[in-house]
Amino acid sequence: MIGLSHYLIVSALIFSIGLVGVLRRRNLLMLFFATEVMLNAVNIAFAAISHYYNDLTGQMFAFFIIAIAASEVAVGLGLLIVLYKKYGTLDLDDLASMKG
Amino acid sequence: MFEMVAFYLFSVLTIGLFLVTVMSSNVLYAMTSLAAGMVLISGFFFILGADFLGVVQLVAYVGAIMALYSFAMMFFDATRDIKEKNTNPALVFLLGGLSAVVLVLMFAAPIHSDAIQALYPMHEGVGNAQDVGIVLFTKYLVPFEVAALMLLVAMIAGIILAGKKMDQSLTEDLSADDEILIQKDEK
Repeated sequence: MIGLSHYLIVSALIFSIGLVGVLRRRNLLMLFFATEVMLNAVNIAFAAISHYYNDLTGQMFAFFIIAIAASEVAVGLGLLIVLYKKYGTLDLDDLASMKG
Repeated sequence: MFEMVAFYLFSVLTIGLFLVTVMSSNVLYAMTSLAAGMVLISGFFFILGADFLGVVQLVAYVGAIMALYSFAMMFFDATRDIKEKNTNPALVFLLGGLSAVVLVLMFAAPIHSDAIQALYPMHEGVGNAQDVGIVLFTKYLVPFEVAALMLLVAMIAGIILAGKKMDQSLTEDLSADDEILIQKDEK
């Protein structure tokens, strides 16, 4: 029988995949994909906890996470397009202007 | 039994697809595997009885967000492979693996669940969409309206940021246009 732990472990694995993506990606668009993976992992955990504790709060939080992800993508892609127009690249090493 | 088969199928497929998203050096492969993984995640929601959340996942994530990404892809050069300079890949995988182990250990630990009580319990015999609607429009009305306002602000920001100088070509050296012209000449 599938319990809460199964869902949480899958969610943790997907979250770690997203974390690896955030750590190793140098392209800004691919970095966005990795953050989407992490947001989806958290949504799975919220839905699973909501199901196993018979509580709707988890689903509510998942809805707001989806809304936040949508607005993040809208603003972020606008910024990416502006960056690409200005510099012609989305590589973080090329975009870094501060030497530290 | 059915639930178990569906759970393991969805988990293996989702993890595999998201690994492709994270590891692939082609933007198109990464985007399509991300979209497919999101569809499968809505399958998780349907198994868990969160029907409305699953539909919202399909409509908002797969429908709206992936469409936004694919529109943005038209501004960037998506056919070329992305070259990324990884300074220390071993460290990245070590950190990712360590965080995975820590999270799995935390979630696999037994939960002392007697003290946890449902704040907004689900009702028997009432559909999930109805239940969600009642809680969303009574207890979470203000956050809902604030989220609507935030989406409006994000839409305006997206239009203003992406809409500037739409008439100019993004590729300054016009190399892409030249390639198209050369291909036309060859025909």
